[in-house]
Amino acid sequence: MSYATQKLAEEKVFKDPVHRYIHVRDQVIWDLINSREVQRLRRIKQLGTSYLVFHGAEHSRFNHSLGVYEIVRRISDDIFHGRPEWDESERLVVLCAALLHDLGHGPFSHSFEKVFSVDHEMFTREILLGDTEVNEILLRVSSEFPKKVAEVIAKTYSNKQVVSLISSQIDADRMDYLQRDAYYTGVSYGHFDMERILRVMRPLDDQVVIKSSGMHAVEDYIMSRYQMYWQVYFHPVARSAEVILRKILQRAKELSGSGYKFEQPPTHFLAFFDRSFTLKEYLALDEGVLMTYFQLWMTERDPILSDLCDRFVNRRLFQYVDFDPGKDYKKLGELAQLFHSAGIDPEYYLIDDSTSDLPYDFYRPGEEEERLPIHLLMPSGDIKELSRLSQIVDAISGKRRTDYKLYFPAELLIDGKKKAIKQQILEMLREGGL
Amino acid sequence: MLQEHAKIVDFIATAEGVTGRKKLQKMIYIMKKMDMPFQEKYEFHIYGPYSEELTARVEELCDMGFLSEALEDKGSYVQYKYSVTEEGMEFRKVLGKSILDNPLTAGKLNAKSGRFLELTATLLYFDNLNRQEQIEKLHVVKGKLNFTAEEIDEAFAFIEDLRS
Repeated sequence: MSYATQKLAEEKVFKDPVHRYIHVRDQVIWDLINSREVQRLRRIKQLGTSYLVFHGAEHSRFNHSLGVYEIVRRISDDIFHGRPEWDESERLVVLCAALLHDLGHGPFSHSFEKVFSVDHEMFTREILLGDTEVNEILLRVSSEFPKKVAEVIAKTYSNKQVVSLISSQIDADRMDYLQRDAYYTGVSYGHFDMERILRVMRPLDDQVVIKSSGMHAVEDYIMSRYQMYWQVYFHPVARSAEVILRKILQRAKELSGSGYKFEQPPTHFLAFFDRSFTLKEYLALDEGVLMTYFQLWMTERDPILSDLCDRFVNRRLFQYVDFDPGKDYKKLGELAQLFHSAGIDPEYYLIDDSTSDLPYDFYRPGEEEERLPIHLLMPSGDIKELSRLSQIVDAISGKRRTDYKLYFPAELLIDGKKKAIKQQILEMLREGGL
Repeated sequence: MLQEHAKIVDFIATAEGVTGRKKLQKMIYIMKKMDMPFQEKYEFHIYGPYSEELTARVEELCDMGFLSEALEDKGSYVQYKYSVTEEGMEFRKVLGKSILDNPLTAGKLNAKSGRFLELTATLLYFDNLNRQEQIEKLHVVKGKLNFTAEEIDEAFAFIEDLRS
């Protein structure tokens, strides 16, 4: 028996709060789960700074990766199995891609990537193709296998059905994270009838379609996604923590570049400051490492770095106000000047942040074929795009919602120093000046 | 403040307007690959490198009144033309100076067709591969577009030119 088809003597199961059980029978999957690079995902939270708002949201990318694997396993082994439109030989590659799709995420991914201009997808590819335990396991399947898994995750694989299962507007990734994040945050949104959706999924030509009888379950999924984005993922307080995190990394980088003598040198970050990092250095980072630095830097001499770290560790977050950038951008400049005059560095203490989401999009003139819509399979065998049949989805299709916030440390503006200037700032921030 | 928005305005102003959403997507992607400091995150969206963040930013800039979006009817299809408004030119000043070391690059990109830029962007997406593998991947992901050997050679030469 080849390694690719080798089964465990007994099926292994992981207890899971979302899917009840995660089932593993393939030796390859079991070996991948036990690799160093997959185990590292236990030390990276799925929702970054959201735990500072939703205290239950401490779940990791490891949990989520197993969840995506389980959904794809069920689709492949139960729903698509035996269907002529599905190529059974793709089973192992799609299972591996599901398990490994988030492998390149780093600690507090979003902030880390922004400050150091790195891309987790590049690291995913490097982990799959480089000198790692994961690569060594995948190579045992075949010499081309690591590349195939990397192509599925990068969405450049030739079989688009396989890509769609991992990455499309209704994929295993989203179906797992919506339910998982809802469970761990404790919110009541994010729930939908996944069982129903799975049962009506069908492989067809170069995509995965949904039988029209499952349309209402898909509507529910899209509404869940919409609500989760605005209630959880874009929560303004979690964004405040993220802004501070970004500024900590930016400050450490700036201090290092200026020759500042750290009491706790940023050893783990140096290669990222000068962009000379290796995969090994990237994999050595996790959220435990970052939090340790933040705790130690709370006593650094640099007042900005120590203050920002204290804010993050002890959850003394920035306040925020809404603003309209089209109208207010000149006032932002004035405000920055006032911050300077008040002795508060606006680069670190006055930060604009915007976020936006498109709940579902099927077509945008001029961007044809950039995104694959959700297609419904009609009883006649015809295919129809979801929003043509669903009034609910049609109502939110293509409608982007954007939110702009301005973050600042409220208590520094009422500490009694430089009172007149700070009063002016407060008036601009709170009394309609913006 | 709003630096990333201002960079997009700066680019479109330097290019003296851009016609085509897809073209703008590919132009910014190519600029990023030339180490221009654009922060928009790109992913391969089944048919090529595409940035949801850029789409969002351009829509926001139109809402803010810094970009104007005009629909051009080309008969069998429509195209959107983006230009910088007067307010946008004023807003551009938040950058201090232009981010483009060489303003000619924006013009060079703008002179090319959307199809050619799509080809160039896709080849650049696979620039971790050797040339032959890049071409093979191009045919896998863009098979329907039937790029010719001449077009591909021209795109490689264009990339060299941009990098020089």
